[in-house]
Amino acid sequence: MIAEAGLAAIWLAASMALLQFIAGLTLLRDGAGQLVPLIKPAAYMQGALCTFAFFALMWLFYISDLSVLLVANNSHIDKPLIFKLAGTWGNHEGSMLLWVTILSVSGAAIAFLEKRIEVKTLSATLAVQGFLALGFFAFLLFSSNPFERMVPAPIEGAGLNPLLQDVGLAFHPPTLYFGYVGLSIAFSFAVGALLTNQVGPAFARAMRPWVLGAWIFLTIGIAAGSYWAYYELGWGGWWFWDPVENASLMPWLAATALLHSVSVLATRNALRAWTIMLALVAFAMSMAGTFLVRSGILTSVHAFAVDPERGSFILALMLMYTGLAFVIFALRIGTVKQGEPFQLLSREGGIVANNIFLSVILAVILIGTLYPIAAEALGDKISVGPPYFNKATVPIAVLLMLALLVGPLLRWRRDDLGRLKYWLIGAAAILLLSCLAIWKFAPQIGIFPLLGIALSLALAVAAWMPLRGRKLLRTPIPVFGMVIAHFGLAVSVFGMAAESGFSSETLTALAPGESAKVAGWEVKLNDVNPVVGDNWVAVEGEMIAAKNGNEFPLHPQSRQFFKPPMQTSEAALLTRWNGQLYVVIAQPDQEGDGRWQVRLWWKPFVTFIWGGAILIALGGAIALLGRMVRRTKNSAINKWQTE
Amino acid sequence: MNRPWLLWAPLVATACIGGLAIYGLAVPKDEQVHSAMIGQKLPEFALPPATQGVFPLSNKDMGDGSPRLLNIFASWCIPCKAEAPQLEELKAAGVEIDGIAIRDRPEDVAAFLDEFGNPYRRIGSDSEMAVQLKLGSSGVPETYVIGADGTILFQHIGDIRVEHVPMLIEKLKATK
Amino acid sequence: MRVFVPILLMLAAPVFAQGSGPTPALANRQLSDPAKEAEATRLMHSLRCIQCQGQSIADSDASMAGTMRAEVRQQIAAGQKSEAVRNWMIQRYGEWVSFEPDFKGAGLLLWLTPIILLLASLWVARGLFWRRT
Repeated sequence: MIAEAGLAAIWLAASMALLQFIAGLTLLRDGAGQLVPLIKPAAYMQGALCTFAFFALMWLFYISDLSVLLVANNSHIDKPLIFKLAGTWGNHEGSMLLWVTILSVSGAAIAFLEKRIEVKTLSATLAVQGFLALGFFAFLLFSSNPFERMVPAPIEGAGLNPLLQDVGLAFHPPTLYFGYVGLSIAFSFAVGALLTNQVGPAFARAMRPWVLGAWIFLTIGIAAGSYWAYYELGWGGWWFWDPVENASLMPWLAATALLHSVSVLATRNALRAWTIMLALVAFAMSMAGTFLVRSGILTSVHAFAVDPERGSFILALMLMYTGLAFVIFALRIGTVKQGEPFQLLSREGGIVANNIFLSVILAVILIGTLYPIAAEALGDKISVGPPYFNKATVPIAVLLMLALLVGPLLRWRRDDLGRLKYWLIGAAAILLLSCLAIWKFAPQIGIFPLLGIALSLALAVAAWMPLRGRKLLRTPIPVFGMVIAHFGLAVSVFGMAAESGFSSETLTALAPGESAKVAGWEVKLNDVNPVVGDNWVAVEGEMIAAKNGNEFPLHPQSRQFFKPPMQTSEAALLTRWNGQLYVVIAQPDQEGDGRWQVRLWWKPFVTFIWGGAILIALGGAIALLGRMVRRTKNSAINKWQTE
Repeated sequence: MNRPWLLWAPLVATACIGGLAIYGLAVPKDEQVHSAMIGQKLPEFALPPATQGVFPLSNKDMGDGSPRLLNIFASWCIPCKAEAPQLEELKAAGVEIDGIAIRDRPEDVAAFLDEFGNPYRRIGSDSEMAVQLKLGSSGVPETYVIGADGTILFQHIGDIRVEHVPMLIEKLKATK
Repeated sequence: MRVFVPILLMLAAPVFAQGSGPTPALANRQLSDPAKEAEATRLMHSLRCIQCQGQSIADSDASMAGTMRAEVRQQIAAGQKSEAVRNWMIQRYGEWVSFEPDFKGAGLLLWLTPIILLLASLWVARGLFWRRT
């Protein structure tokens, strides 16, 4: 019953989206638009119906209704509750339903909250949103029905991929989806503004919170995914330039550039074409990413739901949406007047540099990820992996960070460097001294970690410079957001550079009673015991890590799941302020003498990578909330003044 | 805007990426990893016998003037069981077959040969996959056509099906 | 306890019929010379595991990855340079086994891409700025 109700809700929501779209079309045809008053109610209904459908699906997972095919294939009656619920989106159909739900609820939210832009632009935006939703509804209803029944119903269920039975990874997809779908709102706004000739500060102010919100979620989602890969995939790497990882990074890069651009448009009425283009590209990258991970055209450790037929559907949607959007862009951008001019050496110029660097990095990653397919089309089989991506993107990131040392301090419109003389000398001094110090004490370190540490130290100071000379209590809150976000970037880059430059590794085989050393730690294996969990068995090492007289217990495991059969490694982590001890126990050593294979790493400052990412997201959240507070304050003042 | 053609660049880029994606979807990926050693001489190796009662295998045993097949197999490999009849057929046609057993215990190899027959002249045991690596082989089963002078002429990936037998015999004849 | 664990592992074993055999000595042992081990590790992170879904041999548990790691360490310990070892692998499996594209042909275009893109975008962006009259 509930499944059928959910399916009916999706059908109804789809018809609401159709209505929304058609009503918006009539507006554009002749401006009169008799159906326009229907747009908002349609958006509200669409949001409500989708929400109902999504929670219906979640209910089916909660009660483990195995007569529903999706639940039977992706759940198990023995699974812990939280993973039963997470199973709702831990599969293709459910995640598409989540996507569409967030899309329609956001549409409803814009309809309800947005009062700053003209009615016709809002209507155009909602019409585009409806058009986007229609494509995904069609996808859901015709090829990925989450509520399909299975007769006869199985008794147990096939289970959820053991790798997904982890709290971090359970929340990684929804976080990313909030990000991707938030970018679709930016896309709708951009196309709506283009169509109704409203590319200006008002539209930018309306779009900005959505971009910020989406970007915050993307930052958290990517960081969460990276941390999960770090501790779950067993070997301590946190970024592999895998196609699925790249698929999530590319929208983030576009969103970061868009974020800066839209702020400039909102406050200074410049960078109009950049902002529109970035909004279109950002969503195009979201869709490209969604396509890449589901289509199977690229090999990946993380690929899921590989199905070329579904891949084709998403590809068709993506090409249609981005193709139409770029055609509209090419035809209409000429009508967008040139914004306020500015010189090369100005804050706007700095943001243009920021946009260029981020866009080039994005393009390099896109080309590198797709290159193997192109090569295969020409008969060559090649692989493009971390050595290429690191060497190709890091130099540009270095340029970006150099620009960051100065950019936020430049004045709008035009500036001259003489004003910043002392800071420039200071920054150069920090850079030079750090480089020399590191090179003296650790000459074997590579050039990238060296530059990374020097730049992050300089940026850590530079990030706070915009606050210099200001009355802090009178400084607008968004400025604090910027400062914290840039500081977070410095922290994160410091972690990346320290870990890649200074990690130590020890591989060895230990019998109970023996110990091994890594970077000043002595790790002793006391015993190996079998352990049983909800749906797995494991061998667990009982180990003690000792340094400077302090001892800490560690329990790494090698787990075997049965439904479906899979082996995972649960690393034991010991976190200190200056790094992490990472311990893995593997199969018994093949010598057969009672020894166990043990891998030990000391990773200096590795937690800074994700700590920095959290600071970046926090900075964004502060900026977002700061603006909202100001808005409600202003509207309250307005209300008071008019009463 | 003084460079109108530039405005159409994003659309062109989208079309290119779309074309690439369509190609990727339409043409099934070649999942197999092919050896790049085709045309090279056999690498140096010397393997112990895979089980009681079989002869050991080294590269000197091949390339002794007559072409032969080199079959990489394992007792735990299911397609290897499926290709056993075809190997018998090849042996009956006068083809010499040498084998390499990958990561196999002697008793498992013996049981496999008992059940599925022994078409091999010699069987080496490659328990660490080192020779597999030297050959550029990526899995089991694989069959190589080795020329009279020890050159690797052809690699057949996967089990030998009935239709492949004439093709392999042809390739062996062609080397003479 | 000592008896229990092997039994438990034997119960688990049938799921993984990938054959059994000794792991090559250098698959999971580091070289005694730290500089050589660092060079070997760098190389291992840039070679692709033949049997996996895109992992490097440094990151993979597969048996062939272990064999490849042992070969890399052995050759580096014997004094070979990383480039030579990489070429040895490429001779066996083709360009595909190396995550770092070669500098010739299609690979060269890929390496030039960042520079070309950077210069192109700077050139396009020239028109944006207001020149002081």
